[in-house]
Amino acid sequence: MYKIAKGNLSALFQLIAGERELYVPVNNGGQVNFAAWTEDAQVDLDTLKSVKSPKDAFFPQSENLYTCYRDGKKIKIEPEELQNQNFVVFGMKACDVKGVEVLDKVFLTDPVDTFYAARRAHGTIVAMACHEPEETCFCKVFGIDCANPVADVATWMVEGELYWKALTEKGEALTTAVASLLTDADEAKVEAEQAAIRAIVEKLPYSDLSLEGWNGDVLTEKFNSPVWEELYKPCLACGTCTFVCPTCQCYDIKDYDTGHGVQRYRCWDSCMYSDFTMMAHGNNRTSQLQRFRQRFMHKLVYFPANNDGMYSCVGCGRCVEKCPSSLNIVKVVKAFEKQGGDQ
Amino acid sequence: MSLTNEEFRPKIVAFCCNWCSYAGADLAGSSRLAYPADVKIIRVPCSCRVNPMFILRAFEKGADGVILCGCHPGDCHYSTGNYYARRRMTLLFSMLDYIGVENGRTRVEWVSAAEGVKFSQTMNEFVEKIHSLGKNVRLGDLRCRN
Amino acid sequence: MQELISRAKELLENGTVARVLGWKAGDLPYNPEPAFFTQAEELKDFVYNGFCGANLSKYMIEASKLEGKTLVCLKPCDTYSFNQLIKEHRVDREKAYIVGVGCKGKLDIEKAKKLGIKGIESVSGAEMTDDTDTLTFQTIYGEKTCAYADVMLERCHVCKGKDHMVYDELIGQSKDTKDAERFAEVERIEAMSPEEKFAFFQKELSKCIRCNACRNVCPACSCRKCVFDSNKFDSAQKANTDSFEEKMFHIIRAFHVAGRCTDCGECSRVCPQGIPLHLFNRKFIKDINELYGEYQAGADTESKAPLTNFTFDDAEPSIVTKR
Repeated sequence: MYKIAKGNLSALFQLIAGERELYVPVNNGGQVNFAAWTEDAQVDLDTLKSVKSPKDAFFPQSENLYTCYRDGKKIKIEPEELQNQNFVVFGMKACDVKGVEVLDKVFLTDPVDTFYAARRAHGTIVAMACHEPEETCFCKVFGIDCANPVADVATWMVEGELYWKALTEKGEALTTAVASLLTDADEAKVEAEQAAIRAIVEKLPYSDLSLEGWNGDVLTEKFNSPVWEELYKPCLACGTCTFVCPTCQCYDIKDYDTGHGVQRYRCWDSCMYSDFTMMAHGNNRTSQLQRFRQRFMHKLVYFPANNDGMYSCVGCGRCVEKCPSSLNIVKVVKAFEKQGGDQ
Repeated sequence: MSLTNEEFRPKIVAFCCNWCSYAGADLAGSSRLAYPADVKIIRVPCSCRVNPMFILRAFEKGADGVILCGCHPGDCHYSTGNYYARRRMTLLFSMLDYIGVENGRTRVEWVSAAEGVKFSQTMNEFVEKIHSLGKNVRLGDLRCRN
Repeated sequence: MQELISRAKELLENGTVARVLGWKAGDLPYNPEPAFFTQAEELKDFVYNGFCGANLSKYMIEASKLEGKTLVCLKPCDTYSFNQLIKEHRVDREKAYIVGVGCKGKLDIEKAKKLGIKGIESVSGAEMTDDTDTLTFQTIYGEKTCAYADVMLERCHVCKGKDHMVYDELIGQSKDTKDAERFAEVERIEAMSPEEKFAFFQKELSKCIRCNACRNVCPACSCRKCVFDSNKFDSAQKANTDSFEEKMFHIIRAFHVAGRCTDCGECSRVCPQGIPLHLFNRKFIKDINELYGEYQAGADTESKAPLTNFTFDDAEPSIVTKR
């Protein structure tokens, strides 16, 4: 284990960014989001959660796939280059890292998504333990230990010093590259910090949320439940929950007319939108109830059914914080629990 | 003026109402009054048909200036269409100014069917104005650049 | 709140209304959700406190299509939206039983979090009956306090007043919360140079994630199908391109509600990225006031909206360059 003083972090970032791209949580106009590091960027490692999850680094909200150019009567097609430069995402939390694992299940199984795979191959994740978890967090429910993030490198911020521990080959390589700034450290302080974090997690209001009854085998029962009919009502059909989510992976592919050709791009889609999975014959989910149900069924039933019981929710709590109508996955789970109790 | 290999040829979109301004443009043509070929005319039934989105779309897709021409107030073929257009465009131009777009890039001019001369003069002036403002960088979509 | 609940119960039980539209207690101290109550016993979950910021007028569009009357709780500013919806024939006045509820300013929990208050377990001072200017948070990290006004939504600092524009009965007292000028921020931007203006909006709008929450929460955005949802549009309403698209969306969104926007501030309340979206709407309101005479959308149900009206001697669009 190594450590580096907090004051030295800008030197560390400079060193990392020298040979690779570096993404860090940056405060832009009062909101913290992951963005490319620059010397005058206002890096913010104290805010627990970025507004958007860092999944953008591997699966950007909009990305070009290829471009067609019109040249007289000919059309030239240029595919978008895959990521070929190494990059580092610094400061991801344990839940965000788990979110990437969920995305892996989708994009790295056959057929492999080459854009995503290239980014995964070139990306190194430096995760950070959650110093002070908040009331909206429920990662414990999914077996995530936010005191001990599992990524290429794990770090802990304790008393003005960043403790650094490489966990994978990629992590070792990065550690070697920045070794000049790191000093050896013992684990005592990190262990104390971990114990403190875990003690707080025990006290969080959502930590005892039970997902009993949510698995791949309850499809029909949950799907047809009357609970949805009341639950969806406050939903405004905006895409906030899906766009801040670290695991939502649906996308749409569209063509943009540039006037001298066409750009084919993909962008995140949201199951809350009326044109979600729109096909030539129309839309197969015609009411907001159906669209609302899709999101939670996908996270808690369909995904575990196809991925050995793995939920596609990681308990980051971003939807809990951001939903304009204060709806969220926790309320959904609790509503079903209550209905079960009433019977 | 600096010497460049490629002279800046602005793209100008002119929305002209069917009843006055389009006929004005026609008259300018048949009277052999010159105005720059950079002006692309889009005929609309009435100046009131022009939705603010048309103007923003034109800019997005690469226009450097957008001008709307309609009948003189009081002469609208549909009696009052241009009065509504006037309010709308005033608010839109004010908003563009508010978000920091050079306010010479948009214009409204009333041109009647008999004003071929005015049409050609207006277009000449407007093209010159856009020339002085240069390329539209603030409202164009990056993807539409060559 | 008790008065509100017992009145709602009474009206439900005597059949005056078929349902109650209000707020249901959340699972955290600060996240009540808009909810319909159809049984008197369900009202035990009813809450009305400082965190009930949602403007329920929007939900009345759907509720107007239901059988029977809906009791809806509207704050003074919400009633402007409701009036505007009546004017546009989007809600049915006969289907609504409006209880005008008092308001002492609504809270934005994000602002509390920005003040470093986290791990919140309970809040006191946010109830309508609490006679205090301080909010006290019990958190996992100890007790924290802050001034009520510091956590208030922007719109409450420029409150339109304590009067309900439309109601069947009133319950509860309101408080003056106005302590800022409504157009001050707009004027500050107007005074900037074009470069500064552009940089300001570029910075703010680059945060936009195209979630469309601002549009969907807006009581004035009540089109069945939004122009931005058209599949003939080659630029998706959901694609974040960090280009001109975000600007176009926000200009057009504000333009479509120009002259109809009551300045209820919901767009800014719901924005997950904290973009001050009201600055667009307020610019239009300010221009309308200056050019076409003072106008407050939703203050009545009869007057002609400024953009569906004109006078022969309106200003020419070139006035923009002269101002």
